[in-house]
Amino acid sequence: MADKSIKTDMNDEKEIRAINKVSFKQRMISYKRKPLSLLMLIIVAAAAAISAAALIFIMVYVLIRGIPNLTPDLFALNYNSDNVSCMPSIINTVVLTLFTLIIAVPFGVGAAIYLAEYAKKGNRLVKIIRTMAETLAGIPSIVYGLFGMLFFVYALNWGYSLLAGAFTLAIMVLPTIMRTTEEALITVPDSYREGSYGLGAGKLRTIIRIILPSAMPGILAGVILAVGRIVGETAALIYTYGSATGYAANPLSSGRSLAVHMYVLTNEGLHTNQAWGTAVVLLVLVFGINTLSAFIAKKLGNKKG
Amino acid sequence: MREYFDIELDKLNNQLIEMGGLVEQAIKNTIGMIINGNSDGLEFAREHEERINTAEKIIQNHCIRLLLHQAPVAYDLRYVSSALKMITDLERIGDQAIDIAEMAQYIKDRTNVFNMTHISEMAKQSADMVTLAIDAFVKRDIELAKTVNRRDDIIDELFVKVKEETVEIIHSNKELGTEAIDLMMIAKYLERIGDHAVNVAEWVVFSITGNSKID
Amino acid sequence: MEKFAIDNMNLYYGKFHALKNVNLHMEQNKITAFIGPSGCGKSTLLKSLNRMNDLVEGCKITGEIKLDGEDIYGNMDVNILRKRVGMVFQKANPFPMSVYDNIAFGPRTHGIKNKKELDRIVEESLRDAAIWDELKDRLKKSALGLSGGQQQRLCIARALAIKPEVLLMDEATSALDPISTGKIEELCLKLKDNYTIIMVTHNMQQALRISDNTAFFLLGEMVEYNSTDAIFSAPQDKRTEEYITGRFG
Repeated sequence: MADKSIKTDMNDEKEIRAINKVSFKQRMISYKRKPLSLLMLIIVAAAAAISAAALIFIMVYVLIRGIPNLTPDLFALNYNSDNVSCMPSIINTVVLTLFTLIIAVPFGVGAAIYLAEYAKKGNRLVKIIRTMAETLAGIPSIVYGLFGMLFFVYALNWGYSLLAGAFTLAIMVLPTIMRTTEEALITVPDSYREGSYGLGAGKLRTIIRIILPSAMPGILAGVILAVGRIVGETAALIYTYGSATGYAANPLSSGRSLAVHMYVLTNEGLHTNQAWGTAVVLLVLVFGINTLSAFIAKKLGNKKG
Repeated sequence: MREYFDIELDKLNNQLIEMGGLVEQAIKNTIGMIINGNSDGLEFAREHEERINTAEKIIQNHCIRLLLHQAPVAYDLRYVSSALKMITDLERIGDQAIDIAEMAQYIKDRTNVFNMTHISEMAKQSADMVTLAIDAFVKRDIELAKTVNRRDDIIDELFVKVKEETVEIIHSNKELGTEAIDLMMIAKYLERIGDHAVNVAEWVVFSITGNSKID
Repeated sequence: MEKFAIDNMNLYYGKFHALKNVNLHMEQNKITAFIGPSGCGKSTLLKSLNRMNDLVEGCKITGEIKLDGEDIYGNMDVNILRKRVGMVFQKANPFPMSVYDNIAFGPRTHGIKNKKELDRIVEESLRDAAIWDELKDRLKKSALGLSGGQQQRLCIARALAIKPEVLLMDEATSALDPISTGKIEELCLKLKDNYTIIMVTHNMQQALRISDNTAFFLLGEMVEYNSTDAIFSAPQDKRTEEYITGRFG
């Protein structure tokens, strides 16, 4: 009913000559009095246009170079040196992402819950953890790669493996998940906590039933960011997950993710065209993951709001 | 804070003092008629009664408006509500004054026959009580208000005396019967004025203490 | 009958002495109103009655608060205390879930799982809060879509759903329009047959309209406590008089 009324209002609007519309002429008059604001408008509009142009240019460029190379061969089940199929990499990427999230999300969210809900405000430890997380989030991924190689691959003797890669990436995305989750928890209004405690609910119940569901969209945003980093990561994976071309059949076998696959193809210089095709696949994969996450967030949001 | 309300309360206070003044004048005029027998007081009394009635209406409206607009509490509430009650008593005193003035017409030729000592004393006492009650209100003086109450006993005693005298007159001189009853009526009105003055004093005490009992 | 007894109670926020030697005994099935200027400690005192102040860091309480003769800061479990002493906050704070789940949250917390039982409690609570007719067709809809007044009555229903003995209301109508406020005031008068209500209000007319007893607070001190009629017609303390007649400060 509400929708209907809005619609009729919109229809009416065409017939009404509104006097509160700012005409071009009026705008020019006011810019004449304040030329600086016109300048400002031009600068921000230009910034927006240039940013959009850069993004569109890359997208279009990748698509133009890649789409013609999306042959059925590219998606053949098996990789061999003649046909550099990216199918194993796609599966490996998905598996790697799941493994990484399974490791990183519980720790990241758990740590964030501790920081936001349990630790006393102004606790020094909390401040230290926060600073460290922020620092870690800014470190180049190659550093994680080196650490993963020294610790997981050699010290723990896991070799180039799915596990080594997933743990390395988990450490890498942990700060992101922790920080975004903590932010999400902090933005849950205290009135929800008061309301829940006021009804005699304990802390655990309050967190699980009230706070986490309310923070879910924020937490999910963190997870999406993490997924983006996992899917797009190369440097940290080359030294941990390795670049074996087949399917990583068990947690200790090596494999290559899509991004690594593309990196290797480009590096070898033999299959540049396939590399472009892979780039399109990567683009579609990221787009797909984002859409799915947005959809889940919206679902959860709907249930909530 | 509440400057506007305070101004309005001041205005109400002045209106009450003014009305009190009118009542005092009315009663003094009437007493003059009883004691001195001057007959031109009746016109004055009628005119005053009119003014007293008007004053009552104005104050009543003012009080109701203040209750409506300001929702007074505590002292303000007691003050406005006692004002509302007080003006009824003051208006009644005004009514009694004109009633007496009219009665005074009938007995003015007999003042030399009747013993006027006690009724004059009554008139003076009741006029004093009204003055005292209004004074107590103006000065917000509980002690003064309490003296009004004590004076009421004097009036009651005087009333009994006047009654006895009236009975005697009727017994001794039947021709004076009608006038004697008129005299009696005046005494009754004076006694009523005393009662109203006590009421006014009680409202003064209530507005100050929140308790209407005078010990 | 006496419900709450506060004796020699002092409350400090860090070094700030927020409540000074408060002694206050509140009656059962009566509405008690706390009035006073902002920062006088009335809300703080209210929150001490169901230990919501425990959540505030640096808050220290001395003295004694008894509910039905039982020390609430003694061996009583705080969650049981909050079940017995429900609270409605200044700003309506429905949880971001459906109307039904909002009401059922409390009973579920206290172990009621049976669907039929929950249905019954939800209906009864909404009826008690005089909002059943408005919401019966929207039980599955989000509570955040309700109007401000409905949200606040929903919060009252939510508090009633755990069958508290006492209902604390912290300026529960201050953000509402006069009609919603009126509905909640009527509701309080109806509820007091079964509940003890203690309310903080900035609206003195509201305290006058619905409360039986009123306590006036100033700078952390309880200045005067008496029947509402007595407080508003003949206050004994000059500070009370100045405050309620609007000639304060």
